Amino acid sequence: MKTFSKIYVALIILFLYAPVAVMVFFSFNSGGSVWIFESFSFDWYKGILFDTAMMEGLKHTIIIAILSASAATVLGTAAAVGILALRRKIFRSFATTVTNIPMMNADIVTGVSLMLLFVFFGRMIGLSESLGFITVLIAHITFNLPYVILSVIPKLNQTDKNLHEAALDLGCTPVQAFFKVVIPSIKTGIFTGFIMSFTLSLDDFVISYFTCGHYQTLPVVIYNMTKKTVKPDVYALSTLVFVVIFVLLILYNTVQTKSEQRRTLNA
Amino acid sequence: MNKKSFGSRLVAAPYLVWASIFVIVPLVMMAYFAFTDSSGVFTLSNITQIGKYKKAFLVSILYAVAATAITLLISYPMAYFMTKMKVSSQRMVMIIVMLPMWMNFLIRTYSWISILANTGIINTFLKSIGLKPLHLINTPGAVILGMVYDFIPYMILPIYSVMSKIDNSLLEAAADLGSNAFSRLRRVIIPLSMPGVISGITMVFVPSVSTFYISQKLGGNKNWLIGDAIEYLFGAGPEYYNVASAISLILMILILLCLAVMSRFSGDEEGGVIV
Amino acid sequence: MAKENIVELKDICVSFDGERVLDGLSLKIKDKEFITFLGASGCGKTTTLRLIAGFLDPDSGDVIFEGKRFNGVPAYKRQVNTIFQRYALFEHLNVFENVAFGLRVKKMPESEIKKTVSDMLSLVNLQGFEKRRIATLSGGQQQRVAIARAIANKPKVLLLDEPLAALDLKLRKDMQKELRNIQCTLGITFIFVTHDQEEALTMSDRVVVMDKGKIQQVGTPKDIYNEPKNAFVADFIGESNIIDGVMKKDFVVDFSGHIFKCLDEGFGSDEAVDVVVRPEDVDIVPVEKGMLTGTVTSVAFLGVHYEIIVDIGGFKWMIQTTDECFVGDTVGLYIEPDAIHIMKKSEYSGLYGDYSSYSEEMDHLSDNTQEEE
Repeated sequence: MKTFSKIYVALIILFLYAPVAVMVFFSFNSGGSVWIFESFSFDWYKGILFDTAMMEGLKHTIIIAILSASAATVLGTAAAVGILALRRKIFRSFATTVTNIPMMNADIVTGVSLMLLFVFFGRMIGLSESLGFITVLIAHITFNLPYVILSVIPKLNQTDKNLHEAALDLGCTPVQAFFKVVIPSIKTGIFTGFIMSFTLSLDDFVISYFTCGHYQTLPVVIYNMTKKTVKPDVYALSTLVFVVIFVLLILYNTVQTKSEQRRTLNA
Repeated sequence: MNKKSFGSRLVAAPYLVWASIFVIVPLVMMAYFAFTDSSGVFTLSNITQIGKYKKAFLVSILYAVAATAITLLISYPMAYFMTKMKVSSQRMVMIIVMLPMWMNFLIRTYSWISILANTGIINTFLKSIGLKPLHLINTPGAVILGMVYDFIPYMILPIYSVMSKIDNSLLEAAADLGSNAFSRLRRVIIPLSMPGVISGITMVFVPSVSTFYISQKLGGNKNWLIGDAIEYLFGAGPEYYNVASAISLILMILILLCLAVMSRFSGDEEGGVIV
Repeated sequence: MAKENIVELKDICVSFDGERVLDGLSLKIKDKEFITFLGASGCGKTTTLRLIAGFLDPDSGDVIFEGKRFNGVPAYKRQVNTIFQRYALFEHLNVFENVAFGLRVKKMPESEIKKTVSDMLSLVNLQGFEKRRIATLSGGQQQRVAIARAIANKPKVLLLDEPLAALDLKLRKDMQKELRNIQCTLGITFIFVTHDQEEALTMSDRVVVMDKGKIQQVGTPKDIYNEPKNAFVADFIGESNIIDGVMKKDFVVDFSGHIFKCLDEGFGSDEAVDVVVRPEDVDIVPVEKGMLTGTVTSVAFLGVHYEIIVDIGGFKWMIQTTDECFVGDTVGLYIEPDAIHIMKKSEYSGLYGDYSSYSEEMDHLSDNTQEEE
């Protein structure tokens, strides 16, 4: 049983990583094919640095990810606090519904519905090209918000309600109490929400595809490249992204494990 | 009753306004487009035209159901085995499972072409050992494989996270009351892990049924899904927006129906995510 | 000055979701006293505390602080500090910063903050703990930090919401004494909330017994114990046998089929009353010398004394005695006049004070222990 389960887990991991391995492998191909390997080279890695479309896309993606994650974090944290304070059932269920819709709905529906809004509104104010930086940013903030809210709310629920009162009791105004006491106690939730937003935003293709117009993010650039035959340069870029994320994740994880160990030692 | 909570209720206002404009209004807009023609006059013709896309709908649902079922069958034992590991290995495996999610899914899908193509890795291997090459790419199987591959982490992780929270003393109690390993699985682990299964199913089914990239790359042009229809029509120009909206609307309703059925199974009515 | 009222509650009503939590509560709290709100959970004692702290405003009635109406004044503007049940310490700050929190909000100069914090920490015996993180402290130490944090602000009134509930018995006893000492040192008013009657009796100058959002009795611990006002108070504080009786005339009461002398007067003649007899005030005597005769139905050895249940005409009495008895014995009971306390009939009459279910409860308990083994 033990060996069976180990083999099973290993097979699943193999399945998950086979395409990744293929991608990494062919990114070093000197030839232009992604399934016939000629010889080892770094040419495609050098090539992507000079590929302006890709570099533009990368820049756009990072800008959108940073801005949308930050905006969603601020707006979403405030929303989480506010939603928990809502007393009327009708407001609460409205908040629950609008939070769930973007998470439950298919990305394609979210994407096209936002596009329709932007196009319609753009026509109304007489714009010929209504899609671009602003619209893709709005779209990303919109789909990031629920993730921030849902990672902050559990932290707020865990927080001792008396903390806020204790701060008031010691002379803080309600606003001071919020920043001095409540924010520090939910900061891990806020951080998780930011990281989730950031990665979702980096990764998003479908919604960006429908809302970005000429402000193409990297996944949209890649999509347009894979419409034609793919050359290993896309693989090279993805390998780089993969390595960066891998390193970040390992770092994040060791930091977290360390701080957890410290906490258990102290307790 | 007291002013402080009135103030904190107000901080939800920007979000509620935002969500109304960018979540509710777009859906209303989609419905508006679905029921009007390009000059804005009410019509049902967009809806009636959907008959043309019946096959795409059916194929999408069929593939998505198959992909979801296969994903569930593969993921459930995986999640179970993960919970039986040492805590440190559990964390390791979880990262390993999550890592591909951070890679661009277009590339992940595209890599399968390298593997499945007629002159791809599998067939090169088969040829080299003297076997006849298989026709793998541009088949329904390839599309379903792509769906399973792309969305499997969304199945494994929720099942695992629910399962790992099952109190071990429950299993001991069940054993103490005389149930063997199989009946413990059937009577304790499976019922208690249902919430994870339900959320896994929805997280795999929804993107599968609405995908358009996987089918284009791995299905060639023979396996046209509903997502492809929407993407094609919106790309074809504003005169097709109305029909495309109608199809999107139907797709959304279809998904909502599936979610409603699912949530009845899981037994939590109010989409228990928030409270 | 010392006897002046620092806090006054006037005819206060509070409801949550249509449910009355406080019902016409009025109370005067004297400056520098140690007053305790005592009652079971849900009796409204914590709500009363929150009213004084300013976390809550009454639906009607007034909260008066030093003669001024205080309704609507927010918590952060009141010279009142609270010690919360689970301490509500700020985990992200160390001990020093927790204690300094209120001082920093007030923008006190750094040197003064340092001095005040170190004074406070030595007052609660936590010198040298300045740099420690909250998570590394024991429950008792966290409790001390909470006290230091609250009193660092020099409040005129300190509110304590069941602060000792989370501590184990021994630590709780120590903290009781220490709190009392701190109160004497600071010379400020302590308003304490607890459900533990022993804690209330040992610590307080005055005890306020509450039930159903109403004050049942206010008095010194001795008054409360010896002269309970109604069956609820008699039962809640210590053990009591509460028997239906009839006041024949002043100093004479009839209950359990016997006429007793007592020290109470001022009731109508033949007025129905509740009679309280504490278990430790009953003497077991030979049958012929007894005023009442009954059969022993259960005996429990509690170390300092036996706790026996005696059936007298169907009413079960609890008696604490140092004489050993056996189940089935017929015994006589002797009660001194000063052991008898007469109360007017109230809504609580007949609800408390009969130990007929008591022996069965004990049986259940022992059954359970056997099953677990």
